[in-house]
Amino acid sequence: MSKFLPLIIGMGLVTYIPRLIPLIFLSKKELNPKVKQFLEYIPYTSLSILIVRGILTSSQDMMLPTFIGLAAAGLISYFKSNLVLSVLSAILTSFLIINIL
Amino acid sequence: MEKQLNSNIKEGILSASPVVIGYLPVSIAFGLLAKNTGISFVDTGLFSIIVFAGASQFMALDLISAGVSAGSIILSTFLLNLRHLMMTASLSVKMDNIKKPYLPIIAYGITDETFSVLSFKEGQLSLLYILTVNILSNLSWVLGTIIGFLVGEIIPPALQSSLSIGLYAMFVSLLFPNFKKENKILILSILTAIIYILIFTTKIFTSGWDIVIGIILSSALGVCIFNKDKEVEENE
Repeated sequence: MSKFLPLIIGMGLVTYIPRLIPLIFLSKKELNPKVKQFLEYIPYTSLSILIVRGILTSSQDMMLPTFIGLAAAGLISYFKSNLVLSVLSAILTSFLIINIL
Repeated sequence: MEKQLNSNIKEGILSASPVVIGYLPVSIAFGLLAKNTGISFVDTGLFSIIVFAGASQFMALDLISAGVSAGSIILSTFLLNLRHLMMTASLSVKMDNIKKPYLPIIAYGITDETFSVLSFKEGQLSLLYILTVNILSNLSWVLGTIIGFLVGEIIPPALQSSLSIGLYAMFVSLLFPNFKKENKILILSILTAIIYILIFTTKIFTSGWDIVIGIILSSALGVCIFNKDKEVEENE
């Protein structure tokens, strides 16, 4: 019935464990201020990396539409903090560019 | 008390909505690709339920069709998802109010996307808020996978590609408004982008490590630079 079950369970475990361990060991702990600051920077640094990586790893014909779509999202979200609006504008922008090119 | 509960759920639904919208097209693409790779319906569903990690699920399909062994696929998955170690470490700072027995349930639902939504929410997080965000995101991921497997062909490829940038647009929309708050966030984000581009183009680290090391290096750099600033201000 399930040919890939061992693989899926293995993948599930190695994904789940790194998600769990820091929560168990770090929550409710008094942390050194520098460590705390380090942890508080992670949302900014990891998002920057995910965004840049998304552009760098996109297929060649999607790179420009992705870049311009994300630039639109950046502009709109900077001036107007409406998440759904800027996400939809990015999708629309890239859709238009894919169809023009 | 009940009002408090309701408002946590309501805020959770609001925060989850971009993730839900973003997950649907990506998980539909996964379901369709899994079917085309020859994975059964049950296995495709189990991938999304048990693994619940977008990038590694796509990678697994790739490696399965290339005939790579299960052990190697699991190892690659581990490396690719090691970044969640840094993300949940960061989230733990905002979970002082959460009782320990709930942490294993919360951990299951932490992805790049739920992490970003949760970490840009001001202040300490409530259990109900976190669970609402995680459960809705997970449901949309699993539901999209099923839809993709069953009827994925009906979505035109151009629409599919443009929809799939939705999640990156969400990352941008969560990050960019913070540039107004403090200059150092803008500086840190630019430095991080430069560091990651260097790591990526020079290929010093294998896939997976590049993200983890990029996060560690740039966050540590932030601590070094901005701590110095603080000392200078204090001396003046």
